[in-house]
Amino acid sequence: MKEELIVSGRMNAKIDPVLHAWGWEISVYLFLGGLAAGLLFFAGVYYLLGKAKKYPTAVRKAPVLVPIILALGLFALFLDLHHKPYFWRLYTTVKLQSPMSWGAWTLMVVTPISMIWAAINIREWLPNWDWKFQWAKDIEKFFVGYKKHMAWLMVIFGVILGIYTGILLSAFNARPLWNTSILGPLFLTSGLSAGSALIMLISKSKKERKVFAQIDLILIGIELFFIVHMFMGFMASTQVQQEAAQLFLGGHLTAQFWIFVVVLGLLVPAALEIMELRKIHIPVLVPVALILFGSFMLRWLITYGGQLSRYLY
Amino acid sequence: MRYAMAVDTKKCVGCSDCVVACQTENDVSIGYCRDWVVEINHGTYPQLETEIRSERCNHCDNSPCVRCCPTGASHYSDGGTVLVTKNKCIGCSACIESCPYDARYTHPDGYVDKCTFCLHRVKKGMQPACVAVCPTKCMYFGDLDDPNSSVTKVLKIRNYKVLAPEAGTKPNIYFLI
Repeated sequence: MKEELIVSGRMNAKIDPVLHAWGWEISVYLFLGGLAAGLLFFAGVYYLLGKAKKYPTAVRKAPVLVPIILALGLFALFLDLHHKPYFWRLYTTVKLQSPMSWGAWTLMVVTPISMIWAAINIREWLPNWDWKFQWAKDIEKFFVGYKKHMAWLMVIFGVILGIYTGILLSAFNARPLWNTSILGPLFLTSGLSAGSALIMLISKSKKERKVFAQIDLILIGIELFFIVHMFMGFMASTQVQQEAAQLFLGGHLTAQFWIFVVVLGLLVPAALEIMELRKIHIPVLVPVALILFGSFMLRWLITYGGQLSRYLY
Repeated sequence: MRYAMAVDTKKCVGCSDCVVACQTENDVSIGYCRDWVVEINHGTYPQLETEIRSERCNHCDNSPCVRCCPTGASHYSDGGTVLVTKNKCIGCSACIESCPYDARYTHPDGYVDKCTFCLHRVKKGMQPACVAVCPTKCMYFGDLDDPNSSVTKVLKIRNYKVLAPEAGTKPNIYFLI
């Protein structure tokens, strides 16, 4: 038997009895960041492939939402900061070793680009939109000429933004559940899947919906593979990681993970999408809502569970 | 200069005087502490073994908290001491997440706070408050580069361990066993 007690009675807020320094704000941001990354990626890719006419929702309509999604995500991040008046310090340093630093700089690139892309496509949502001032019209005209450059940036920074949400967590070796490099690709895939789901919801064209349902099915397959792969890695790793994996393999987050993330978030929407592709009509909102919910739950459970996993000494 | 501390687990009685001394010296907010005492009991009766450790920030040579800090608020100072610059800290908690020893906490004013090895005392030639106050004299503080410092001497003649060496942090608090 081994019993460990802090006999001096340490009870530091959010550290004891279990670490809970990061709450819902971080999970919400990781989810919204991933979703925004997915939307930007598809918009950029299909624009560069010259399919803007074929997939108008993916290229033009859905990305208008990105600045709003990012703003909500950044607001959640801001809420998480405890020393708020100093947030600008993020932009007085570039620290390559800190994923949070290059995440902050990535957002500095992604946010303005997404705003410009949204501005030049605003008429998708508000057909009578008028910029009113001549200078605003001139700016719009200027950026319309650089669509291709922006699309490239959207693809590249979309991937960086999506993968960074996972790397942010995986860089902490003190939290064995996070300390797996598969988390970056897993969160990226999940973000792309959430993006394609949202495009399906907004799209009015049957053809576009069908293509994104197919893309989403592939992404769900990859996600399931990554999840299995993650647990295989944990089980073959050190004691601390084996114990971290136990949280989801019999421990007290098992039911939440397998029911909310795997069954409701991946398997059920995949089945519904297959049914839809086989011409059994399913209201599109159902699989989309499930995918977005599963995508959020994945982040929430990994963020929460990671803080329960630790080194033992 | 490499500051380090050795804590004799055979001499420590777990009185928590070090904790109170630190709270008083550093004006630590009520309800928080920068150092703490752990008691570990191994085995089953009657074969029981107890280890008592006074723990704090390990002022690691390879600090994950310094690495992950996005603003450079967490930094290395004199003798490898890990400190936080208050007005650079944004309170993002990344360093708290990165510490395998849970040695940091968010100060009620928003920035991150932790043990400083009482650098303000050390600079005046004094011992850190926890070391100075210890009634069993179980703690040793000094410079590992100085062959005559108490910590160098005691580490030469005693067996010791560090906490979670597998985390790769290269900690500077040694526990004499």
